[in-house]
Amino acid sequence: MTVPNHRWRNFKNAVVQVATFACAVLVVTPLVLVFYHLISQGFTSINWAFFTQLPKPVGEIGGGMANAIVGTFILLGQAALFGVPIGVLGGVYLSEYGSSRLNWWIRFAADVLNGVPSITWGMVVYALIVVPMHSFSALAGGIVLGMMMIPLVMRTTEEVLQLVPGGYREAALALGIAKWRTIVQIVVRTALKGIVTGVLLALARVAGETAPLLFTAFGNLGWAHKLTEPIAAMPLQVFISAISPYDDWHRQAWAGALVLLVLVLAVNISVRFLTRDRFARPS
Amino acid sequence: MLKESVNAAVTSKTTPDTRSAEWHFGDRAFRWLTLAMALVIFVLVFLIGWELEEGSRLALHQFGPRFLISSDWDPVNEKFGALPFIFGTLVSSAIALIIAVPISIATAVYLTELAPLWLRQPLIMFIELLAAVPSVILGLWGIFVMVPWLRDHLFPWLQKCFGFLPLFKGPIYGVSMLAGGIIVAIMIIPIITSVSREILRSVPGLQREAAYALGATRWEVTRIAVLSYAKKGLFGAVILGLGRALGETMAVTMVIGNSAQIVASLFAPGYTLASVIANEFNEATGNLYPSALFELGLVLLGVTVLVNVVAQLLLKTFAGPSVKPQH
Repeated sequence: MTVPNHRWRNFKNAVVQVATFACAVLVVTPLVLVFYHLISQGFTSINWAFFTQLPKPVGEIGGGMANAIVGTFILLGQAALFGVPIGVLGGVYLSEYGSSRLNWWIRFAADVLNGVPSITWGMVVYALIVVPMHSFSALAGGIVLGMMMIPLVMRTTEEVLQLVPGGYREAALALGIAKWRTIVQIVVRTALKGIVTGVLLALARVAGETAPLLFTAFGNLGWAHKLTEPIAAMPLQVFISAISPYDDWHRQAWAGALVLLVLVLAVNISVRFLTRDRFARPS
Repeated sequence: MLKESVNAAVTSKTTPDTRSAEWHFGDRAFRWLTLAMALVIFVLVFLIGWELEEGSRLALHQFGPRFLISSDWDPVNEKFGALPFIFGTLVSSAIALIIAVPISIATAVYLTELAPLWLRQPLIMFIELLAAVPSVILGLWGIFVMVPWLRDHLFPWLQKCFGFLPLFKGPIYGVSMLAGGIIVAIMIIPIITSVSREILRSVPGLQREAAYALGATRWEVTRIAVLSYAKKGLFGAVILGLGRALGETMAVTMVIGNSAQIVASLFAPGYTLASVIANEFNEATGNLYPSALFELGLVLLGVTVLVNVVAQLLLKTFAGPSVKPQH
């Protein structure tokens, strides 16, 4: 039997090494480019006025995105209030209770929900809340973001709780501790860091969502004084400014995008850094 | 910390009677509470389907199945048809897959099999950060950086080399179906790469070792022992990426040109289901117009859910709990 030519096989091997490395570089390039342009276009517009002023009327230079920044935090606060209890408690059920059949269906439905386009969520909450209320509102925006968080937080909570060794539960039950106390005071407490991580990542994810807010929070060029009024949010304001025909608004869009991206990436990076030791797996 | 928790829990109630009462009430209450929260998932599923169906009822009644094959989109005369948007969504997603799948799988292969160990974690982190970039930011970069570059450099070159194909004929504006496809590709590459990476990692080491033992080169090991084993899971990863591509809204809206037409040229502006909803929903007057948009949303939801279900089934039946579907 003749052995295939070593040189040809090694050559193919080398070509593939180079080609796949090139693909990896290609994948990383857009992020680098985006960051580069965000900084070069947006950095100079980031000043005290940006963080404290409202958008100025068209034609006047200056102004800022203070309302959008505050608006994003208000929306995220509501989303957390709405989404975290439901998501975490639901994740507890998936992990600690339930028949495997029901749980399979819940997990499956949650995973499918995670793939539902965000604009669809917006339409649903529009029909559910905006129409009966006869107005766009911060409340609707908070609710839609909260709804989007629920399947996300539920799955990550479940995964984290599964990582708690069974021995902890068994030891606690053997000592006569009620099951609910076992879960709350021991299992969840042990997994708390991971649960918080999951929540933060989900918040960072919905912080950047624009489409669902288009028909719920709607946006506001001023301050929202009540939760029942439309409210500005950073991704919304970036979008509106970007597609407008005014150069000054484009400038603001770059600055807003830079701030938003820094916030989102900061949360992602710090979360990954803090959980590195516990969840690192050899590649 | 464990010891304190255990102490606190055990000593909280002293007599056996109160403890068993607590067990019964506390355990039952907690179990029902968490069950109710978990069942919210089904409530959400129901809500989405119900609201979309109710919103589109008027249009469904008015147009019937003709809606899906009609190209009329005439709000003034109240004639609506979904075909240009279905076409736009499918074509932009197809372009995105054609670009993204080879690159993603090659990168996943590089990360799991071929890259030096010190390079792996930084690259993986970079790619996960790219997944976290909000769509609107990528769209912003798309309008002001990518589209002008495409208009001035890549598209003219493509027209010069491949202009004989109907795909590359026609005027070049920059905003186009192809630009939409490219930006969606950028958005789905991280997902396909991450899931593929998990799939490749879950291939048993024994497969690789056997191939090495037989004298295979690294690429041959990958091709023979890993990729063929992982085919089903990789396919699931690709379908997951497709599901994401279909629903992508903001970045696409900003670079696709927003023109409801069906033409062969990739350089022509297009319109997707998600984009038309995003652009026209707040301007939709009357009753039929919003209802038609709701029906578009229903179509989008139906297609996306179907694709996602297929993806989830493929991934779950491939490698079970070791593969975590990324969102």
